Amino acid sequence: MVSPGDSTDVVSPAAPAAAFVDDADAWLMALRGEGAERERALAELHELLLRAARFTVRRALEQRTHLREAFDDLAQQSADDALVAVLAKLDTFRGESRFTTWAYKFAVLEASVALRRHAWQGREIPLEDDGWRSLHGGDPSPGERAESRELLDALPAAIEQALTSHQRRVLVAVALEDVPIDVLAERLGTTRGALYKTLHDARRRLRAALEARGFELDGDVGRAGR
Amino acid sequence: MSRTGEELMRRVLGPAGPELTCEACFEHVDRFVELELRDGVAAAEAAVPGMTAHLEGCPACAEEHALLRSLLRAA
Repeated sequence: MVSPGDSTDVVSPAAPAAAFVDDADAWLMALRGEGAERERALAELHELLLRAARFTVRRALEQRTHLREAFDDLAQQSADDALVAVLAKLDTFRGESRFTTWAYKFAVLEASVALRRHAWQGREIPLEDDGWRSLHGGDPSPGERAESRELLDALPAAIEQALTSHQRRVLVAVALEDVPIDVLAERLGTTRGALYKTLHDARRRLRAALEARGFELDGDVGRAGR
Repeated sequence: MSRTGEELMRRVLGPAGPELTCEACFEHVDRFVELELRDGVAAAEAAVPGMTAHLEGCPACAEEHALLRSLLRAA
């Protein structure tokens, strides 16, 4: 599981809004209401989302210092977009988590997507469908099993023979070149979900092709062998 | 490339088991993270099957999941 930072000493995130705290019913009633009460709820929700967006952007700045000047704009815009998304999705809140946690995820998503797009702005995205030809794992690591090396050596042929050109391009860009999937989706005029399905299908095909060649792939592919 | 062979294989082949879609991941990630922090990842996975596999296979969703978890832990 990718975990870009779990330390808790970076920034103090959202203290839940004072009036509603984690009372989902109070949130929903106020946000669905009218007048001053709704305006107050909107303001508190936006403040909460802004804190979550700032938390997300600050975390990213630890690794991407060139983004520092864009911090405030990104956080503000992300909180604005998250507020619109939360209000549009209000009826889908089922109370399976705290309301604040549910709302936070919209701010985290908006800020994360904005950061990834900003980081790749103006950058060319490698979309060669033969990028896998240079696939190699460097020198064998201590403890790396011969079977794992054998599997790695078999990958290029499986990629060439089992995948479509589109699947190869997506696989190379996302899995090998670290192009964020939502950035790639935007460039290709598709959605993140559709692109992940392409990646998922490509991986399934590859696994099937390798298994057809006698490789036994368990969950931990690093330990696969014949 | 400086990645190890094993890391390359994980990236290319992805998770083995059934996994959620990106859309389903977003729909359930708030519940998953709260359960994960309260009862552990096994309990969270039991409640939301396929989430862990998806987080292994999708770097973007994994990043957002980790951020949400960090946000809640720091709260």
